[in-house]
Amino acid sequence: MVIIMEEIKEHIASAAIWKLMEEIYDPEVPVISIIDLGIIRDVKINNDTIEVFITPTYSGCPAMDVISMNIRMVLLQNGFTKIKITQQLSPAWTTDWMTQNGKEKLKAYGIAPPVGKSFDKKYLEELKVECPLCHSQNTSLISQFGSTACKALYKCNDCLEPFDYFKCH
Amino acid sequence: MMNNDLFNYTLHLADNSLIMGHRLSEWTGHGPMLEQDIAISNIALDLIGQSRNFYQYAATLKDDSATEDTLAYLRDAREFKNLLITEIPNGDWAKTVMKLFLFSTYQFYLFQQLINSSDKQLAAIAEKSLKEVTYHVRWSSEWVIRLGDGTEESNKRIKAALDEAWSFTGEMFEPAEYENLLLSKQVSVNVSEIKIDWKNKVKSVLEEATLQYPKENNSWMQTGGKNGIHSEHLGYILAEMQFLQRAYPGCEW
Repeated sequence: MVIIMEEIKEHIASAAIWKLMEEIYDPEVPVISIIDLGIIRDVKINNDTIEVFITPTYSGCPAMDVISMNIRMVLLQNGFTKIKITQQLSPAWTTDWMTQNGKEKLKAYGIAPPVGKSFDKKYLEELKVECPLCHSQNTSLISQFGSTACKALYKCNDCLEPFDYFKCH
Repeated sequence: MMNNDLFNYTLHLADNSLIMGHRLSEWTGHGPMLEQDIAISNIALDLIGQSRNFYQYAATLKDDSATEDTLAYLRDAREFKNLLITEIPNGDWAKTVMKLFLFSTYQFYLFQQLINSSDKQLAAIAEKSLKEVTYHVRWSSEWVIRLGDGTEESNKRIKAALDEAWSFTGEMFEPAEYENLLLSKQVSVNVSEIKIDWKNKVKSVLEEATLQYPKENNSWMQTGGKNGIHSEHLGYILAEMQFLQRAYPGCEW
């Protein structure tokens, strides 16, 4: 009975932690939560210790350190004191893990969401990226590298606005 | 008892990424145009990020107080195991993109094999890095082609860049002792085996750039980097990169 109670408590705590992380945002793209981004792999509770497993988006992404710090802060503020954040590299993060909700939010924010699946080899050659402002398909790549590691720079040939594209990765 | 060969091999991989990344970061704020300044800075960032992953792993292999920071900031030139191609000065844009192309293509085939390493952490870092290196190869290939098949001036410069960088490619495929010793355990990559793929890719890009793949049997190759024998350039990089930690030990911000 005691064991079952412990399991239920852990289950409730785990659900609460997942919920809390929906309120932690990517500092570089402040409309998308780390859950939407798909970087939280697992939450494990062992006695009182919470272990959060995160997968980095890009190896050198400076947002990752800030995100780890923010997870720690939010958990501390909610009464969890023993926190361990473990970086998990494999399987490597892919934009396929981004939620549909996340993609919608990106678009509304003016960043074109990733198109297609990352394993599709053709994605770079025949990619059609829709302009997040006027929804035209008539767009062209300016640079494969944009304002952050995860983005490429595009321009719309119809409304003539430049825009960020969240690279399929 | 730690495995010294695995430690050295991990450092070699880390040092390659760090020194190349640090070198490329010298372009930040000086790129020929804004988009390319951003591109090369992003590539530098990817490489430095890769090196952090390797250093963090290397630190766990050592049983003393080593951290990623002590490994990057408190070792001297003789202890660095990076390929010489990563430390040579950037020169002009042609020289930078050429050495990056030759190096990224090497990293691409190396990581493609390292994914199968029996060492799970090296395999995981390779899997992560390969996605980024794929972009580096594409970007640098496009520049080599653009300059080679461009104007008379750009062609002259990229040709000179190839001549200059070429003698630094030999050591990529010459295994150090620690690489050889890890081969039987399927930890390290057999670099002499990836040479064919590297050559085919380099050849096809050079041809598209209207350049000739250099004749192999009459070119003398530089070696030493993997075993800590460096050019004078590494000392200058370290003097700049390590200054803060040397002058203010333990400084953080």
